[in-house]
Amino acid sequence: MRVRWGRLAVHLIAWAVGLIWIIPFMGILMASIRPHSELVHGWWQLSEVNLSFDNYLKAWSHTTAPIGEGLKNSLIVTIPATLLPLLIGTLAAYGFLRFRFPGRNVLFLVIVLLLSIPQQMVAVPLFQTLLDIGLLNTFAGLILTHTAWGLPWITMFMRNYMTTLPVEVEEAASLDGASRFRIFYKITLPLTLPALASVAALQLTWVWNDFFMALILLYEPNMLVATQRIPLLRGQYHIDWGILSAASMLITAVPVLVFVVLQKYYIRGLIGWTQK
Amino acid sequence: MRVQIRRWFEVIVFISPALILIGFLVVMPAIRTLALSFLNEEGQFMGLQNFSEVLLSRDTLNLDRFPRRSPPWGAVPHNAIWVLLHLPLVVMLGMILAVLLKDVTGASFIKSAIFLGMVTPMVIGGGVIRFIFDENTGVINAIFRLVGLTELTRSWTAYPDTALLALILGSIWLWTGFSMILYSAGLATIPKELYEAAQVDGANSLQRFFYITIPSLRPVTITVVAMTILWELKIFDLVYTATLGGPGGSSMVLALQMYFLAFRGLDPNRSAVIATFLTALTLIIGVWFVRSARRVEG
Repeated sequence: MRVRWGRLAVHLIAWAVGLIWIIPFMGILMASIRPHSELVHGWWQLSEVNLSFDNYLKAWSHTTAPIGEGLKNSLIVTIPATLLPLLIGTLAAYGFLRFRFPGRNVLFLVIVLLLSIPQQMVAVPLFQTLLDIGLLNTFAGLILTHTAWGLPWITMFMRNYMTTLPVEVEEAASLDGASRFRIFYKITLPLTLPALASVAALQLTWVWNDFFMALILLYEPNMLVATQRIPLLRGQYHIDWGILSAASMLITAVPVLVFVVLQKYYIRGLIGWTQK
Repeated sequence: MRVQIRRWFEVIVFISPALILIGFLVVMPAIRTLALSFLNEEGQFMGLQNFSEVLLSRDTLNLDRFPRRSPPWGAVPHNAIWVLLHLPLVVMLGMILAVLLKDVTGASFIKSAIFLGMVTPMVIGGGVIRFIFDENTGVINAIFRLVGLTELTRSWTAYPDTALLALILGSIWLWTGFSMILYSAGLATIPKELYEAAQVDGANSLQRFFYITIPSLRPVTITVVAMTILWELKIFDLVYTATLGGPGGSSMVLALQMYFLAFRGLDPNRSAVIATFLTALTLIIGVWFVRSARRVEG
């Protein structure tokens, strides 16, 4: 009997914690779907509840920072900035694992250490470089930047994953006269699909959620990605929480969807950090 | 000979795209930032003069006010306080929640709810923090009002003495999902036999937690600690939307200070000092992590 009370207590605490954790998001949801007049005394007041999607429409086509345009720009940046590093990083990972060449270990160590440096370390010269080659304030510039920035962790993650693959199959194929590229494409790549799903989920989320790189590299109002528009929706003195909440819901929907669909791979990707 | 050439061709095709991109867009800019930190506007070598000027300036280090008067205490103390409060709480909360949720019905829902903060863009996380600490719309102030703590009822992010604390508390809410998820995965790898053997030997549940669970989770703890410190040092987006480092610099952090120096103050040399200093700190964590991860493996 004592055991059962204990289990009940654990359940109550666990559910209470989950509820507490979700309350701020509940607030954002409520603020986004209820008119301003109902929020003055707090979104938790439920004496009168009218649902409306006005805030979503207002956020979507806001005069200073339309979120609809921002979401479109974010998509234009995020899709290539996920696929490109996935491809390039997987190639590099295979190269670092299967080839022996002078300087290999030093290069790989440098790549691992690059994982810890902050984006601020590259900001000013990167701005200058992109200006020099005419890619400042272009989607291509931001895509290349995200690609380069994602490559160190993707290369490391994919290499670690590939160490678990059997080398014998590849050797047999090599004896049969298959080229490296064929072996990589036909044998290795299909085996790495679960790892590619992890990388895609995390890279997509990080690029979509990125703020700093976009902030320094895109400045024309119609070019801004979705996250850049959030601070612009906040007025100088007065904040319209309804519009800000609706915009937040729209932007967060994408990474939440990725997490829900690819949850298993997403978490495996994060756990990848604990190994090596 | 032809085999040699083909080999090199393969190496180049596989590895060079990554190396070229990383080289041009990460390594070279980082080296140029390092160089900028030692130069003045005319490009003359200044030794460590920039460092002593910037790191000892009142924006970076302002200990006259610490701890009797309210912040600003400078970006370095603010980041340090962030680490000191956020790190232990996130590690402990994550571990306790992982253990608590191990045999709970519906644990996956609760875990997803807690993890939601990790999926959210931090720009929006900053907005939500401001929202929950707002005097009128904030749920936290509603609770204070309810229990009669009227002197605490105000927009926390708008006052120098509470802005930093509000951001740190909010960042604990956002980041705990990370440590909880890693600890949950770690718990699943501990063999059941260990617990059963300990139970036979008469160990109670607290003893099992301290003598089996915590030591078995050591590799996870190393990862959580390293990743969390890196996150705390690099904190930017969240502060940008919630307070912009204000009011009066009372929630300024290193990454944001660097941005203001570079892109508002247009001072590449002084901003490079902050960037280099921040990178040095993160590299210490990075090297420590690589070395301890190797030791755990070996």
